[in-house]
Amino acid sequence: MKQLAALFLLAISLASAPLYAKDIVIVTSFPKELFENYKKAFEAKNPGATVVINSKQTNAGVTYLRETKAKPEADIFWVSAPDAFQTLKNDGLLEKYAPPKEIMARIPAKIGNFPVHDTDGTYFGFAISGYGLMWNKNYLAANKLPAPKEWTDLGNPRYFGHLVISAPSRSGTTHLTIETILQAYGWDKGWALLLNAGGNMGAITERSFGVPEAVVSGQYGIGVVIDFFGLSAIASGQPVDFVYPSLTSVVPASVAIVKGAPNMDGAKAFVNYLLSEPGQMLLFSPDIARLPVVPDLYGKGPANYPNPFKTKMGGVEFNDQLSSGRRDIVNSLYDHVITFRHKELKDAWAAIYKAEDAAAKSKGPKAAEAKSLAADARKLASQVPMDEKKASDKELVKAFQGKSGIKAQMETEWENAARANYAKAKETADKAAALAK
Amino acid sequence: MAKTAAAPAVIIRARVDWLQGALLAALLALCFFLVLYPVARVLWVALADENNRLTLVHFQNFFLRPLFREALWNSLWSGFLVVAFGALIAVPLAYVFARYEFRGKILLQTLATLPLVVPPFVGAVAFQQILGRSGAVNLLLMQWFDFSIPFMEGMTGVVLVQTLHFFPLIMLNTGVSLANIDATLEEMARSLGCHGFRLFRRVTLPLMLPGFVAGSLLAFIRAIDDLGTPLMLNYKNLLAPQAYLRITTIGIDDVDGYVICVVLVVLSLASLFAARKYVGLAEYATVQVGRSARMPIHGKKLFFVLLASALALAVALLPHLGIFLLSLAKVWSYSMLPTRWTLDNYAEILFRVPHFIKNTLVYTGLAAGLDVVLGAAIAFLLARSRLWGVNLLDALATLPLAIPGVVLAVGYIRVFHGWDFPGLGAPLSSTWIILVIVYTMRRLPYTVRACHAALQQVHVSLEESAQNLGASRLRTFWRVTLPLIGGGLVAGGLLAFVTSCVELSSTIMLVPRVELGPISYGIYVYMQSPLGRGAGAALGVVAILLVAAGTYLTHRAFGARAGGAFRV
Repeated sequence: MKQLAALFLLAISLASAPLYAKDIVIVTSFPKELFENYKKAFEAKNPGATVVINSKQTNAGVTYLRETKAKPEADIFWVSAPDAFQTLKNDGLLEKYAPPKEIMARIPAKIGNFPVHDTDGTYFGFAISGYGLMWNKNYLAANKLPAPKEWTDLGNPRYFGHLVISAPSRSGTTHLTIETILQAYGWDKGWALLLNAGGNMGAITERSFGVPEAVVSGQYGIGVVIDFFGLSAIASGQPVDFVYPSLTSVVPASVAIVKGAPNMDGAKAFVNYLLSEPGQMLLFSPDIARLPVVPDLYGKGPANYPNPFKTKMGGVEFNDQLSSGRRDIVNSLYDHVITFRHKELKDAWAAIYKAEDAAAKSKGPKAAEAKSLAADARKLASQVPMDEKKASDKELVKAFQGKSGIKAQMETEWENAARANYAKAKETADKAAALAK
Repeated sequence: MAKTAAAPAVIIRARVDWLQGALLAALLALCFFLVLYPVARVLWVALADENNRLTLVHFQNFFLRPLFREALWNSLWSGFLVVAFGALIAVPLAYVFARYEFRGKILLQTLATLPLVVPPFVGAVAFQQILGRSGAVNLLLMQWFDFSIPFMEGMTGVVLVQTLHFFPLIMLNTGVSLANIDATLEEMARSLGCHGFRLFRRVTLPLMLPGFVAGSLLAFIRAIDDLGTPLMLNYKNLLAPQAYLRITTIGIDDVDGYVICVVLVVLSLASLFAARKYVGLAEYATVQVGRSARMPIHGKKLFFVLLASALALAVALLPHLGIFLLSLAKVWSYSMLPTRWTLDNYAEILFRVPHFIKNTLVYTGLAAGLDVVLGAAIAFLLARSRLWGVNLLDALATLPLAIPGVVLAVGYIRVFHGWDFPGLGAPLSSTWIILVIVYTMRRLPYTVRACHAALQQVHVSLEESAQNLGASRLRTFWRVTLPLIGGGLVAGGLLAFVTSCVELSSTIMLVPRVELGPISYGIYVYMQSPLGRGAGAALGVVAILLVAAGTYLTHRAFGARAGGAFRV
């Protein structure tokens, strides 16, 4: 007992070393390789300054900033997901800042149709990311599958059960991928592809990083990921590859100063460093593998490095306003018709593929009827129970964030419609398969 | 048999017991301030309407939604199955450990505790690498027999993984009870012609019920509240993941997430009181505690016992083997074993960044120590005091089992962030002390339940005779009660240590900076990039070894002293 008490007192005295005012406290979700490189480089350039890293998942970081807003302890918020910055900005938790002109002059205002920085000056893009497909070469070879190229490949029957994606509600980057698909192919066709791809998914993960993990370990063959997951896995010698589909969008990863940051000068210095040439050049290191926002630096980077400003990577005219306006609804819709109904959706698509295959091979008298039934089934399983206009309806969007029962009501409707559609689709497909025999 | 064997207990305490009262008040205050208040600050939203008035409409909505009804049913059913299957592994093991003496027993006991430690993230990857759809086992099956088994799919996968993960909870607690059973009772039964399964069912089973029920209860609550397993298997139609996904979605205050938390808390408390009621129906205390003889076994019998235990444990420890391989792997992708090996991961975590390991030792050691002290005090009151408020204390001390770590962590930030703790110059929530507190409170139920089960088997007349002979009450507790419940205390403390070593959900919210993070946090940090997989796994191996060393040493130390006070 006595020893325990003594130990506890010792512990308290050890813990009482306060944070130094000179520390720059950074809340980040970035991997160790990234934040350690920047910490080292920044401290070397600014003798006396200490960078303190508080590594948290993006959602934990947002909660942390919200809960500590009365007395902020962090100076910098530094993550990938644009929705996290939008949320914090709406809550008034980000500080306005204007970095020096000579730094900002080298960064274009837009990449594709997407503004690099927040137009109100609360957060700043420091690196660009594109979305694409990553696959495990061993896995595809063993299962005799070709490498994918386009988003539409996700709906191909041959990839059934071999794909993996993270839920858009869990991953800001996946949400942007979903939006890219919706904007590239249109609402109805886009959802048809997403539902078809959803049926093909072997798993829908809860973390963005679950996807590269599953592909690297070979649990699944192909994953929908942000480029640096693919590029850094390739750099670390894993048997994987990565491709940007022709219709994709590129989006900045950002940094922001926390409102009321205890070390405001340090925070500003860090943002300036990140956007300046030495900070940007660090992005080229193979274990970071991200794309700088300063276009003229690509000439100094490694050969064959993807340049989003030159190559036409942004095939989609991405509408950011549209995307962020309906984000909560699109994410919840995806969860209720795909993520939480994954089993039913998979069963339906398995039945559809079987029916289509049987109908195509069938030489019986009812082959045509079977074909048309299979087409009906496909249609049923490709239907999204929500129309495009309603998804952007301002009042609905607002009600969705509040406490009213509208969200619960909508979600229940979607769920019920999805259950009914998939059950009907499976039934119809089974009928078609029986006819084709 | 059990009921008649025990002497009838008649306990009437006429006078008001001030000492007990003061202890109860202090413990109630502690639990109120460190559990109920922070949690209520977070969960209040589930009970409030838009104008912050009390309402139950959210609960009504909960039961109206098919998704949540499905999740509720799935959670209850999987929890039940985990306990049922877990008992099939745990009870025989506990029986073997309690009744037989053989070489290598401590080693086997240590191995049997390890399934409880599944380090976050790397545990999931290792499970997939071994049992996943392209895992070593399935690749082997494909190669030899051209079929594979979906171990890790849907509800079946969840039940399988949770059973392998949580059965030691039942085993450890049942073991304490078994060891406390007076062997003469079984001998008497035998001499009266009761043998084999009948002996077990009619004598041993009823007598070991307190520990078995305590363990099953812990396993059930842990299973329905478990987040790691469903998320690892990407199965989301259960209550715990539904709550988590809704609470941690950016930018939406989804009240349903908090409603589900309250439902989980209510479920856990209901099962706690149901279990207590069930155990309370009978009397388990015996005056002659623990003359349980252990038979040495050899030859054929030993061989079969060892074979059976080893088979059960080999399956349960496959993921641990996976973590070990992962920590040595440079490339392990779609192959049975890694294709490129390295030792660099250990150099990284042992020499370049050793602080994760050091922090874990300090935090979990302190937390387990505090848990033992608090758990003994609380369990003593639960078993011996008739004061008003004891049931409340029981509920408060069990509550943390049912509360998602993220809720407790947010509650702590809300409560502690506002003011500088005297003497620290900073809020408590900005120092690492908060981690010790959160571990202590989250794992307190383990020591409370384990000690309580042990105390239920100690007849109060033992203490009364000591006091009649002139011992003070503190002395009685110290010299009589404590040695008798030592097994329960150590088992509980061990569980607290074991499970704190890999706690992540509240850790990730409360760690103030990377340098102050424990192992679980280190694993999280490493696992954010493909390069860090090996280093994360190496940290996982260290966590497992720490737990193994802790378990082994407690068995050694407490097994040798005092004629086997520790009989887990």
